Amino acid sequence: MAMTGVLRPGHAQVRVLNLEESVRFYRDVLGLVETGRDAQGRVYFKCWDERDHSSYVIREADSAGLDFFAFKVLDKATLEKLDADLQAYGLKTERIPAGEMLATGERVRFELPSGHLMELYAEKTAVGNGLGVVNPAPWGREREHGIGPVRLDHALLYGPNVAEVQKIFTEVLGFYLVERVLTPDGENNAAIWLSCSHKVHDIAFAEYPEKGKLHHCSFLMETWEQVLRAGDIMSMNKVAVDIGPTRHGVTRGCTIYAWDPSGNRFETFMGGYQPYPDNTEPLTWTFDNFGQGLDYPQRKLHETFLTVVT
Amino acid sequence: MKFAVTIEDTGERYDCADEESLLSGMVRLGRRGIPAGCCGGGCGVCKIEVTAGEFEARVMSRQHVSVVDQAQGRVLACRVYPRSDISLRVVGKMHKCLARTAVPSPRLPSLDAEVDE
Repeated sequence: MAMTGVLRPGHAQVRVLNLEESVRFYRDVLGLVETGRDAQGRVYFKCWDERDHSSYVIREADSAGLDFFAFKVLDKATLEKLDADLQAYGLKTERIPAGEMLATGERVRFELPSGHLMELYAEKTAVGNGLGVVNPAPWGREREHGIGPVRLDHALLYGPNVAEVQKIFTEVLGFYLVERVLTPDGENNAAIWLSCSHKVHDIAFAEYPEKGKLHHCSFLMETWEQVLRAGDIMSMNKVAVDIGPTRHGVTRGCTIYAWDPSGNRFETFMGGYQPYPDNTEPLTWTFDNFGQGLDYPQRKLHETFLTVVT
Repeated sequence: MKFAVTIEDTGERYDCADEESLLSGMVRLGRRGIPAGCCGGGCGVCKIEVTAGEFEARVMSRQHVSVVDQAQGRVLACRVYPRSDISLRVVGKMHKCLARTAVPSPRLPSLDAEVDE
């Protein structure tokens, strides 16, 4: 399949309450690779197999939560076109100059009707995964440090106006709807899973009264064994675990939800299936089956899933 | 060192060591309905009001605990460590949960029953 337009989740910037405690957590427990610090005090990380400079950035603040979530697009021409398309759709966009984030080109920022700041960018310095590009080893020492996820996979965000958000992603940014959970009356979508690739989701949204909330950022593991190993490492380090290890009905992904030291939820995720944009009929879950959608084996709609966000 | 913590809303008491948060002690009561939340001071569901006693508070989200709140003892139980015996009242989301389960009553089958609290 041709990959054009929006390629993938690029970076998330997340607020933490204590920077150094969080650095230790993300570097040594989750096992991300620290790639830099900037003059604003932000700390940059990437997953071991990501080639671009960074995918997860933290800064110290007096509240937890998400500052912004960004997608990488194919090239600068695509960035210009999508900026124009967003404006033509009626959204206000803002340019953040190249270099404002380390190793990152110019960004186009806009606010969704859910209250989340989204960004698009075309350029981020490739630093490689440490294995080289000629006759590379399949993995290196960094995969074995901490939980060691492969990449930043997706995020689930909570906020109002999910129907409008869906229109922006599908009509302007080239995403398609993969799965959804209906509201109790069956008339609308309570939650949506959107893809710009053939991943089962690149971003998801759930209807929630407060704007701009982070439910979780998700990190990809290679195998179910690696998800179980992640659970072991969480317990060894007394990480607060929310749900799992289990399997979602929605996306069929295998999962653990847990919280970073500031209460930002993250996920260690693997699996799912490979949807294509010509799957025009999204998989649909009725609200009374939301429990199975969340936790298929236990068939439980865990209350924390609906109420605990940052 | 252990201190006695009294939940004024229900009259329950539990022991809480100085190195564990008021929330983890409360969770050990094994009571359904204690919303443990994120356990990191970020989500705000475990808000309480300490009405008597000394405690040490670690950093918590200003979105949920203002400077005034904190000065008046309204804090997140997951970020507070006892330094003496404590009396507390639960507020916000936690109050609803505790109030709902304070008096044992038959649970009616409803959507609520499927929710794992």
